[in-house]
Amino acid sequence: MGSAIEAKTHKNMPGADKEADLTERIEAFLADLKRGGCGTGPIRGSGETARETTALLRKVTAQARWSSAGDLMEIIRKEGRRMTAAQPSETTVGNMVLRVLKIIREEYARSRGSSEETDQQESLHKLLTSGGLSEENFRQHFVHLKANVIEAINELLTELEGTTDNIAMQALEHIHSNEVIMTVGRSRTVEAFLKDAARKRKFHVIVAECAPFCQGHEMATNLSKASIETTVIADAAIFAVMSRVNKVIIGTQTVLANGGLRAVNGTHTVALAARHHSTPLIVCAPMFKLSPQFPNEEDTFHKFVSPHEVLPFTEGEILSKVNVHCPVFDYVPPELITLFISNIGGNAPSYIYRLMSELYHPEDHDL
Amino acid sequence: SGLGMFSTIICGFLSPLVVKRLPEHVQVDDPAVVKRLAKKLERQQIPLRSDYGYKVSLFSHLHQYSRKAPLTQLLSIPSTVIHPSIVRLGLQYSQGIVAGSNARSVALLHAFKQVIRDYTTPPNEELSRDLVNKLKPYISFLNQCRPLSASMGNAIKYIKKEISNIPSQCKEEEAKTKLLKCIDRYIEEKIVLAAKAISKYAIEKISDGDVILVYGCSSLVNHILCEAFEKSRKFRVIVVDSRPRLEGREALRRLVQRGISCTYVLISALSYILPEVSKVFLGAHALLANGYVMSRVGTSQIALVARTFNVPVLVCCETYKFCERVQTDSFVSNELDDPDDLMVTRKGKTQLENWQDVSSLGLLNLVYDVTPPDFVDLVITDLGMIPCTSVPVVLRVKNLDQ
Repeated sequence: MGSAIEAKTHKNMPGADKEADLTERIEAFLADLKRGGCGTGPIRGSGETARETTALLRKVTAQARWSSAGDLMEIIRKEGRRMTAAQPSETTVGNMVLRVLKIIREEYARSRGSSEETDQQESLHKLLTSGGLSEENFRQHFVHLKANVIEAINELLTELEGTTDNIAMQALEHIHSNEVIMTVGRSRTVEAFLKDAARKRKFHVIVAECAPFCQGHEMATNLSKASIETTVIADAAIFAVMSRVNKVIIGTQTVLANGGLRAVNGTHTVALAARHHSTPLIVCAPMFKLSPQFPNEEDTFHKFVSPHEVLPFTEGEILSKVNVHCPVFDYVPPELITLFISNIGGNAPSYIYRLMSELYHPEDHDL
Repeated sequence: SGLGMFSTIICGFLSPLVVKRLPEHVQVDDPAVVKRLAKKLERQQIPLRSDYGYKVSLFSHLHQYSRKAPLTQLLSIPSTVIHPSIVRLGLQYSQGIVAGSNARSVALLHAFKQVIRDYTTPPNEELSRDLVNKLKPYISFLNQCRPLSASMGNAIKYIKKEISNIPSQCKEEEAKTKLLKCIDRYIEEKIVLAAKAISKYAIEKISDGDVILVYGCSSLVNHILCEAFEKSRKFRVIVVDSRPRLEGREALRRLVQRGISCTYVLISALSYILPEVSKVFLGAHALLANGYVMSRVGTSQIALVARTFNVPVLVCCETYKFCERVQTDSFVSNELDDPDDLMVTRKGKTQLENWQDVSSLGLLNLVYDVTPPDFVDLVITDLGMIPCTSVPVVLRVKNLDQ
C-alpha cells in the first residue's frame, strides 16, 4: 500500500502528499485499535489513545478542506464514526471526538460574538423560548476559525498530557501511613497515584491478580520496584482479605454518564465486598474517560474474548460439550462508589452528570 | 503437649467447661511453641518441615510450605517409626494428589485400617493403650505434611475412642477385626449413607428448568447433581472456577461425562453470569459452631454476590464435618498453600518469576475462607435441612447420643 501511494503522489499535486500521509496515519491508528481488542488491554494505554486521537483530529482540521464550521464538524463526525467502529469498547476515542466537536462549537460561538454565558446556560427560560430546534447551522465562514480551533485542540493536548500527574499530585490527601490499600488488575493511573504517595508515606498494597489475564502481576512488580510493600492475591481471596483493607483504589476503563463504571472483570465483586465492610471505594479516572453513554442492555455493554484464556484447548474432549465465557468488563453501579479522583479534583458519583454537560454538547452524544 | 488438640476435645466432651488449648499450627509466631513442637517431633523421630518464602505479615502465625520440598525428603529410609502407608498418604496430601475433605478422610481411614492390620501388640502392653500411642507420631507426621482438616480430626477422635474402649480381656485378632469393622461402619454411615440422605433432600430443591451454580469441586455437590440428573430433572449447571487450584475443571469433567449440560467461567466473571442463575449449591469443608461456613477460598465471595442478586445459596455438608471451633474471619486460622502456585506464564513471560528476590513483594495463596451465616439460606445435612445457626444444636444432640 505504501509504494502505491508513493507512485500516485509523484504525479499529483504536493497537497495530496500530505493527504495520503494523513490517511495512512488514520489507517494505522484504526489497525492498532482493532488489534488492541485481544483482551489483555489495548497495545497502548487509554491516555496514549486519547492523545493519538486528538493529534489525528488536529491534523484532520489542519489539512482537510472545509469552509465553515458545519463542514468541519461533518468531517470530524465521519472520522469519529470510523474510529469508534474499529474498537467500540475503547470509548476514549469517541470521547475525544466529542470534545473536539464541543471545541468547534465554542470557537464558532466566540467568533460569532455571542457571549459564552447565554449560550451555556441551560435555564428553563431558554428551553421554553428557544422552541426546541437550535437556529445554529454553522454555515458562516470565519477567517480565524481554523487557527482558533487548532489552538484550542493544542490546549486540550496539553491537558491530556498532564492528567496522570494531576491525579498523582492528589495522592497525599487521600493516603495516610500504615494503611492497607487494595487494588485490582493494572491501571497506570493508580500506579502513578500510589507511587507518588509512597515517596512520603509507608503503606501496604494488596493487588488482586485479575485472572485470566493476570495483569495484577505486572502492577505488583512495578509497585514493589518502587519499594512499596505489595502482596499478590488470587481473585478468590478478595472477600477473605477485605476485612483488613482500609481503602480500595481502582482504575477503570470508562466512567458512564450515571456515575457507574465499566471496569475490568472482578471489580463488581471488589465493590460489593468493600460495601459489606464499609470500606471506601475510590476510583482514579481522568476526565477523558467520562463517556456520555448510559449502561445499556447486556449485548452492547459486554465484550468477550477467546474462551481459550479460560479453558485452554489442552482440555480436549470436554471442550465441545461445554459453554465457556470470558467477559472482559464488569458494570459497577454508582451506589457502590465513594469518590472519583480526576485531573480536575475529587467528585462524588452523583455529580458526574453535571461534568458531562461541561465537556460535551448534548447534540453530539450520538455520533 | 503430646495429644494437643485432640485430647482437649475429648476432655471437652467429658467436662464441657475446660477451655481448649490453642493448636500448634496457628502459633507459628510464638518461638516457645515452635521449640516445644520441635522437641516433640524429635522424640517421635519425625523431621520438622521448614517454612518457605516471604510470609505476608498478616499471616505470620501460620505455616507456609513449598510443594517442592516434601517432608519425605528428610526421612531416613527405611523409616522404622512411620508405617509406609502413612508415609505414602502424607506424600499424597502434601503434593495435592488427594484433596477434598471427604477424599482425605476416607484415605486416612483406609491407611489406618492397614496400620491396624499390620499391628502386633508388644508383650506386657495392652492393645487399647499401645495402639493409641503408636498413632500419635503418625498424626504428627500427617500434620507436618498438611494441616489436618476438621473432618479428619473428627475421624481420628472417633478411632481413638473406639480403641480406648476395647476391653482388656479381648484377644488381639478379635480386637483388630472389631476395629476394622468400626472403621468400615464409620465410612459407610458418615460419608456414603450421609451423601445418599443429603441427595434425597437436595433433589427436592432442584426443579425443572433450574440453572445451578457450583464452585470448585465438591464431591458431595457433584454426587447430588448426578443423582438429580438420574432422576430426570431438567437443569443446567454453571461451574465457577478460580486460580490457582482450578479444581472446577475436575468437576466439569465429571458432570460432562454424565451428560449434564455445563457452562464454565472463572470467578471474576461472577457478576456477569449470576443474573442467569436460579440457585447456588456450595460444598463445605467444616461448619463452625457459630454458624460460619468454612470452605474453599472464594466461597464467601460467591455467597456475597449471590445475595446481592437475590439468588438462594444452599450449603451441603455431612454432620461429621461439624466442628466445635468458632471463627469470625479468615485470618486467625487458615492454611497457606505454596506461594509459587500464583505464578503464571503468559505469552512466554512470567511476571512474578523472581518474586523471592524482591524484598517488598509477597504472594498469598490462601486455601480456606469463612462465610458469614447471613449469606447462607439453607444448610442441607443428613439430619435434615437446617439454618446455619442451628449447628451448635446438632453438635449438642450428637454429643448426647455419644
